[in-house]
Amino acid sequence: MSQFAINLMFVGGSFLLYIGIAIWAKAGSTKDFYVAGGGVHPITNGMAIGADWMSAASFISMAGLIAAGGYANSTFLMGWTGGYVLLAMLLAPYLRKFGKFTVPEFIGDRFYSKNARLVAVLCLIVASVTYVIGQMAGAGVAFSRFLEVDATLGLIIAAVVVFIYAVLGGMKGITYTQVAQYCVLIIAYTIPAVFISVQLTGNPIPGLGLFSTHVDSGLPMLTKLNQVITDLGFNEYTADVDNKLNMVLFTLSLMIGTAGLPHVIIRFFTVPKVADARWSAGWALVFIALLYLTAPAVASMARLNLMTTIYPDGTAAAPIEYDDRPNWVREWEVTGLIQFTDKNEDGRIQLYNDSPAFESEAQSRGWEGNELVVNRDILVLANPEIANLPGWVIGLIAAGGLAAALSTAAGLLLAISSAISHDLIKGSINPNISEKGELLAARISMAVAIVVATWLGANPPGFAAQVVALAFGIAAASLFPALMMGIFSKRVNNTGAIAGMLTGLGFTLAYIFVYKGWLFIPGTNNLADTPENWVLGISPLSIGAVGAIVNFAVAFVVSNATEEPPVEIQELVESVRYPRGSGQAQDH
Amino acid sequence: MSGHSYDAENYWKANLRLIVGSLVVWAMVSYGFAILLRPMLAGIPIGGTDLGFWFAQQGSILTFIALIFHYAWRMNKIDEKFGVHEE
Repeated sequence: MSQFAINLMFVGGSFLLYIGIAIWAKAGSTKDFYVAGGGVHPITNGMAIGADWMSAASFISMAGLIAAGGYANSTFLMGWTGGYVLLAMLLAPYLRKFGKFTVPEFIGDRFYSKNARLVAVLCLIVASVTYVIGQMAGAGVAFSRFLEVDATLGLIIAAVVVFIYAVLGGMKGITYTQVAQYCVLIIAYTIPAVFISVQLTGNPIPGLGLFSTHVDSGLPMLTKLNQVITDLGFNEYTADVDNKLNMVLFTLSLMIGTAGLPHVIIRFFTVPKVADARWSAGWALVFIALLYLTAPAVASMARLNLMTTIYPDGTAAAPIEYDDRPNWVREWEVTGLIQFTDKNEDGRIQLYNDSPAFESEAQSRGWEGNELVVNRDILVLANPEIANLPGWVIGLIAAGGLAAALSTAAGLLLAISSAISHDLIKGSINPNISEKGELLAARISMAVAIVVATWLGANPPGFAAQVVALAFGIAAASLFPALMMGIFSKRVNNTGAIAGMLTGLGFTLAYIFVYKGWLFIPGTNNLADTPENWVLGISPLSIGAVGAIVNFAVAFVVSNATEEPPVEIQELVESVRYPRGSGQAQDH
Repeated sequence: MSGHSYDAENYWKANLRLIVGSLVVWAMVSYGFAILLRPMLAGIPIGGTDLGFWFAQQGSILTFIALIFHYAWRMNKIDEKFGVHEE
């Protein structure tokens, strides 16, 4: 059977499974549509959160980022998991107790203000839409590589599948497809990692293999990797970073942003009890950790594999001839994600770090520049091919990458559509809408959101790579502080909360735009985006944490200067703190 | 339950104490051991690198899981003790 047929079988099979689940779990009421009826088991929910959370960025990009940055990019590992500690202790149980359908609804009720609710809707939509672009683009890449179809056609196929199960089933359909998608993606991620870990270190658990002995050299794996890459002018993989402040703030921004992303928070509304929301957060992190503990091993092992592929006889010997390049290099060259230019025309592939420090060494070897550019996003997707794994593993990776992208896209689309139908239409425009009407509105807004997301995925704006910073910055600087203060302070009032959200958001956006361009339009940045220009060495990616602090500070100062919230609001805060009597998530 | 009773206040304080304790550990393993204190832990070797690297790529995540389950377990006990748990 050809590789194409295998891929088609795996991807097609997984899509049929999702559609089957959707037909089985059709939503009959708004409660089904928004919170899956409110009766999801905490472990089931934990698994669904895992798929909801782990996106194309986690599945496809993260290992590549760590492979390129080594220790310095551990920030992603800690940042994207540590947020769950905040969720479990500071937000999820209390928002579950509050028992409504959306995140802006809590902000609107707690701060007794329609404007606060609208600000929250705006933050939610900007954060979620920017995030969903990346998912659709990721699905497009997976399609064009594995199914040999045009990326746009691939996207439309993916959109139709999401449309069927998300529009039909709402949160109920999404929950159970996410459980299936979690299983697909974790199997797809783990199997090649186990194979590679065994090949390189003899240890079947990748997280342990990372710290084990490299079989061929007898050295610890990381020591071997450090040797190989420093021989070629790269920094040590395990090297410490100088700018610790930025590393701390970046990690903190990712953690706070994770806790403030609405598509994750609303998943906690689907469990029956407050205690279940706590357990759910724990299970979610267990399921997420299965991938996150494996990713750093995949990163270092794939980097070592790549180097030994190019330098089969060691770094001191000549690299391989271009004509002898392995098959996976040929196949990825077609997609343009691997590029080779024979700068010194010796017919061999020189892969090294083109830095001034390495220049004399390169000259003495007759090298005239690095010749191989490998897009770091292909690392996970190409991993099975690099390690010569059987064809079915490649098919599995294709299905896994798509599962990761689609499950997150569906969660985001639900957050967007519920904000529109429940917060905007029912909450503001037409409060007397019937349940049937609201359910229809929710389905229509979901359908529109899918069309917009697909269009944006097929025509990604030039700033697609920057928008993740934006999504986390917004969630960290606006939503998280408002939610936390709403629960932990009785004194913060409507004026304070709105002022806090707007200044936190404004400050964060301004700092990002100064370096990345206003509205990301190229050339409109005021300062070059280089470490020398950053205030105190804080990168625009790390500013969300500072924005959150600004939000907290402004909200407290303004609240204390204005009158305290009415008694019934203070009682509302009191009531979300005690689990008894939560009932199920419901409408007002 | 009534909002302002003595018990309710103690329940909330017990929750806050547990949260603060958990977050101290949360910050210690990630911001502490994995980032700021890494140079101090450089003398403790683990498989070709040092303890700080292990915390950055494995240890902190494992600790986070333990923290959440510990919190959920303790809070459920506290809920019951103060009689605010759900049936």
